Amino acid sequence: MSPIRVSRSGFLMDDDVSNRIGSVGVVASQRAHFDAPLKLRSGAVLPAYDLVYETYGSLNAAKSNAILVCHALSGHHHVAGLYAGDAKSLGWWDNLVGPGRPLDTERFFVVGVNNLGGCHGSTGPSSPNPATGKPWGADFPVVTVDDWVQAQAKLADHLGIDSWAAVIGGSLGGMQALQWAIDLPERIRHALVIAAAPRLTAQNIAFNDVARQAILTDPDFHGGHFYEHSAVPRRGLRLARMLGHITYLSDDQMGEKFGRVLRNDSGSFSFGYGVEFEIESYLRAQGDKFAGFFDANTYLLMTKALDYFDPAHCHDGDLAAALKPARASFLVVSFTTDWRFAPERSREIVNALLKNDQTVSYAEVSSNFGHDSFLLEDPQYHAVLKAYLARVGL
Amino acid sequence: MTLLNRPDFDVIAGWVQPGERVLDLGCGDGTLLKMLIETRGAHGYGVDIDDANVLAAIANGINVIQSNLDAGLAGFVDGAFDHVVLSRTLQTIRHTQEVLAAMLRVGREAVVSFPNFGYWKNRLAVLGGRMPVSEDLPYQWYDSPNVRFFTMLDFEALCEEMKILVRERQVLDEQGKLVTEEHNFLGSLAVYRIARMR
Repeated sequence: MSPIRVSRSGFLMDDDVSNRIGSVGVVASQRAHFDAPLKLRSGAVLPAYDLVYETYGSLNAAKSNAILVCHALSGHHHVAGLYAGDAKSLGWWDNLVGPGRPLDTERFFVVGVNNLGGCHGSTGPSSPNPATGKPWGADFPVVTVDDWVQAQAKLADHLGIDSWAAVIGGSLGGMQALQWAIDLPERIRHALVIAAAPRLTAQNIAFNDVARQAILTDPDFHGGHFYEHSAVPRRGLRLARMLGHITYLSDDQMGEKFGRVLRNDSGSFSFGYGVEFEIESYLRAQGDKFAGFFDANTYLLMTKALDYFDPAHCHDGDLAAALKPARASFLVVSFTTDWRFAPERSREIVNALLKNDQTVSYAEVSSNFGHDSFLLEDPQYHAVLKAYLARVGL
Repeated sequence: MTLLNRPDFDVIAGWVQPGERVLDLGCGDGTLLKMLIETRGAHGYGVDIDDANVLAAIANGINVIQSNLDAGLAGFVDGAFDHVVLSRTLQTIRHTQEVLAAMLRVGREAVVSFPNFGYWKNRLAVLGGRMPVSEDLPYQWYDSPNVRFFTMLDFEALCEEMKILVRERQVLDEQGKLVTEEHNFLGSLAVYRIARMR
């Protein structure tokens, strides 16, 4: 019989969890309410808002060991661990966070937060609009990466954290780490920018717009007020996710995993439009799963935040000028087969930092798994993060 | 006394002034850069393509950029460094002239060390009909990372052709001791400090 362990949060861990060596164990989310209005980049003002978050490990007395984990398009605050009684509820970056893992909870106090506009508990389009009592829906203001950083800073204040030991994120999360370093240089000591880009290319924006069009043209979308119609624009969400999912994987990986394998064993074509190839079946299942829990308005918001992200914009496109205020040390990581945010895009960030003589290391990880590599447990990738974070002073 | 069995590191460290900006190409685990940071108060970056080296350099607290040398240099602006170091790597690079030119673009001076093919033991090995294997050329012909085999005289002739000024030269034998005469014959490892001709 395995010994019973008690997790840091004080919950008794069941057998299943205690066997998961290196896990933070059972966790619970928390909620912070903010009454002070938040002025957004668009000019709109959010009168009040909630942020849901989770923490792992303990904040030290000097409050100098906190790491903020920023989530990407479909992520949330549940970064690591499990919810009590739900064995399927493993956090989205659990492989990275826990005792002895790169974000070592024996050493660091790790914070995950659901961003504004999200659909996992923080104030977003599905929350009630105080002016009407009905869900915000399409009336929820468009939020940007810098708005998220401001809101995350309010959460840091709430937790008593003056300065993050590190802010880490992949993809859209990496953009938040970059924005932190630019906007609040005194409050972030290390920025870990993974599988990110300094701005989206036309191709990237194009993918996002097709995804948005899928949602916006779904008859069940009702102009964003589908909650009132007890409808969900599933078809749109499903298509958006299917498209997105293709861009997160590499051609090689898809070829290896699915190839041209057919669903039926006969190996003959059906000469129709049903599900025939394995890849079709896989993508549809991914789309259905996603459409079952994700909010369509949040998807629209998140893709717009991606499109608008461009810190160099107000510096005539000069990224080095945009990064000049940053005081953080940077670790930039890219993956060789990531074509959504290719290594060249990470190198733009690195070169801008080099131009400024700023502190930066860059690892280009050989991985076969495309953009999604940042979520996976690649030995070199995790070793690099672990080695880098080990040198982060507290 | 030599540091970490790399006698050329001592020579290189002697040429780096306190507080200088240094770029170490093919930095390995970052040992040289770390030494320059600790003993000279230097700062800068290492460049390496190898996964294990990048990991070791990060663990060593060095700023390391994972890149091949051509792309790695493209990211740096002109004159960004006081010294650009290429330690025991020139003989492994195909684009010799491009890399030397790029080093002197981003650096005020470059420091280059390489095994001297003209070393008498190497000549003897070839006279005996075999390719040399020595302290500074420790590979068999079939597993060698080296793609260019050249002597000190060859290097100096290239420098002249490329209008590169040799500011200083230190030559070491296999034991890491300084060679004071017949350099191209007695020297196993050569270390050059070079700059663009004005």
